[in-house]
Amino acid sequence: MKYVDEFRDRDKAAALATEIEKLACSIEGGSTPIHIMEVCGGHTHSIFRYGVEELLPARIELIHGPGCPVCVLPMGRVDDCVAIAEQPNVIFTTFGDAMRVPGSRKSLMQARAEGADVRMVYSPMDALALARAHPDREVVFFGLGFETTMPATALTILQADREAIDNFTVFCNHITIIPTIKAILDSPDVRIDAFLGPGHVSMVIGSAPYDFIARHYRRPLVIAGFEPLDVLQSIWMVLKQIKEGRCEIENQYARVAAAGGNVAALQAIARVYELRPFFEWRGLGSIDHSGVRLRPEYARFDAERRYAIPNARIADPKACQCGEVLKGVLKPWQCKVFGTSCTPQTPAGALMVSSEGACAAYYQYSSAKQRTGARG
Amino acid sequence: MGKTHIRPQRVLGKLQVATVTLAHGGGGKAMKDLIDDVFVAAFDNSDLAPMEDQARLDLGMLAAAGDRLAFTTDAVVVDPLFFPGGDIGKLAVCGTINDLAVGGAIPLYLSCAAIIEEGTSVELLRKVAQSMAHSAQLAGVRIVTGDTKVVPRGACDKLFITASGLGVIPKGVQLNAHAARPGDVVLVNGLLGEHGAAILAARGEMALDCTIESDCAPLHELVAALLARAPGVRCLRDATRGGIATVLNEIAQASHVGIEIDEAQCPMREQVRGFCEILGLDPLYLANEGKLVAIVAPEDADAALTALQAHPLGAEARIVGRVTELEPGRVVMRTLLGGHRIVDMLVGEQLPRIC
Repeated sequence: MKYVDEFRDRDKAAALATEIEKLACSIEGGSTPIHIMEVCGGHTHSIFRYGVEELLPARIELIHGPGCPVCVLPMGRVDDCVAIAEQPNVIFTTFGDAMRVPGSRKSLMQARAEGADVRMVYSPMDALALARAHPDREVVFFGLGFETTMPATALTILQADREAIDNFTVFCNHITIIPTIKAILDSPDVRIDAFLGPGHVSMVIGSAPYDFIARHYRRPLVIAGFEPLDVLQSIWMVLKQIKEGRCEIENQYARVAAAGGNVAALQAIARVYELRPFFEWRGLGSIDHSGVRLRPEYARFDAERRYAIPNARIADPKACQCGEVLKGVLKPWQCKVFGTSCTPQTPAGALMVSSEGACAAYYQYSSAKQRTGARG
Repeated sequence: MGKTHIRPQRVLGKLQVATVTLAHGGGGKAMKDLIDDVFVAAFDNSDLAPMEDQARLDLGMLAAAGDRLAFTTDAVVVDPLFFPGGDIGKLAVCGTINDLAVGGAIPLYLSCAAIIEEGTSVELLRKVAQSMAHSAQLAGVRIVTGDTKVVPRGACDKLFITASGLGVIPKGVQLNAHAARPGDVVLVNGLLGEHGAAILAARGEMALDCTIESDCAPLHELVAALLARAPGVRCLRDATRGGIATVLNEIAQASHVGIEIDEAQCPMREQVRGFCEILGLDPLYLANEGKLVAIVAPEDADAALTALQAHPLGAEARIVGRVTELEPGRVVMRTLLGGHRIVDMLVGEQLPRIC
């Protein structure tokens, strides 16, 4: 595949790995680990799918960040989804991987099995098309994700507004990554030396919003693409900054993410959403200004206003240590319940939920030997 | 000389309506008309013609072909019923044949039952029955008995088909999932993931324009050619639901061996790869309906590959991996990048990723 295979080349990967090794050895501190957090779940997925960690020197430890929107969805919000989906006459539409996320009572998949009309869509526009095709039904779209998916939901609402479609609403759970990175950096036990920045979020928001990470927190960040060579090159760029004592925001993914972001997408976001005072994250708790809701001008498209939803806060199971894993304090397999009461079949914690979650990825893709060896 | 059998002549019923109703499941004349006009007319063969409640098969003929019977059953539900490269009828026939073939059996007879939703068009049923008859004829098997039921609207999705198959395993053929040994090679007979991708694309929910065709095909001739040339074949499995990832896991567990496959060697059509990239699906888990996994003793690896490649259904055959002593029960993939990852069984169905 053009523009894809080039970024998965075995020989180039080996050459990059050699350069990374050399650079890592030349950074002072001997064998003290260098902790690099990849913020985005897409990176986590790619790192495991291609076995990238195996190519890295032992000194480099990747910390798998909070950027998997499906994972960080709190249980209470899933319960709200189920409650809406179970209303009579509702067609509840969602991205595929949100189907299996457990609520406190059931997942959307279980709700569907019990008779709720839950449908998988690939784009919010597909949900709007359903609303057009079924004027006698209420179509609700489950708006989920970071700035990557936020504009598509906003543009769909603007389109519904233009067409005056009144049987379409959005259950808005869009979240924003910057306050969460800040919250992680502010926590006292954080162990992160540098970041790989989320490529597709950056495609929308540009690079300026990350400036505080370099300026205030003195951590380098490289906006990274998602193919394995992108990830390797970004790690090399981060190490180069560390070696040279720089803390800058650099962009490895310039072929997709422009420095200024996407103006049209940003305009749509600004027009449709406003920041919530706070939003609950699974595994991390409540974080100020980390979620968005629809502006009052678009209230008629807001499922939260149209439906009575339970809006209950459900605490994460006590044994879960997702927060520690997200901050890099623990490795997934060091969590008390990893692989025992928390597995992909029965996820107790956020990070076991989606294939982009760090724990699910470890469980799925890394060998038993690696796991037990690392644990011992 | 034996005497000539004179079979009772039966006047076939004729359907007068365009749509199936509950009356066609009622056991009366309407049902006879449906069975005669749609199914018997299409499956027409001498074993079916007497219309007894059971097919009667000649033991002597079966015993001459081998020393064991192979018997299997398959339930086929698919949406849409017609898709590029096949339909539910072809799928039922080929799927059942393939379940026999990977046991080394020569498939001979099929039994088919259709569960029909009230309101289904007779024309649709005719097409499916003709497709079944055509597929069976091409494969040299006979549909010798069957059943139909009509259920109220909503009790099934248009049409479900179950098929059972009977075959004979020739003397000496021993294929077992627990027979894989370290050092054996792993082969596939062609491009992976096409049926799964074709069905997902044909549903139209993903609004992706593509022309991926299902690989639905009967594999028994390919298997016969393979076994004739490569006696060191230890195990065959058709890689249907769950894809080759699932089949390899089953073999690794049954044989208590590790299996390592090489991502770079897994043959895939460009369109299928692209389809999976866009939706965030892993093609190793996509269903195939004309693909098998073969575990072959190392000394017969080349012979097996040559035999597969010499057949039209194996032209793209490849060695994709090998059986190892490491991590018994696990399948590991050497990635394109040169790293490794576990290829585990799926938890549930694959779901498209958000971004």
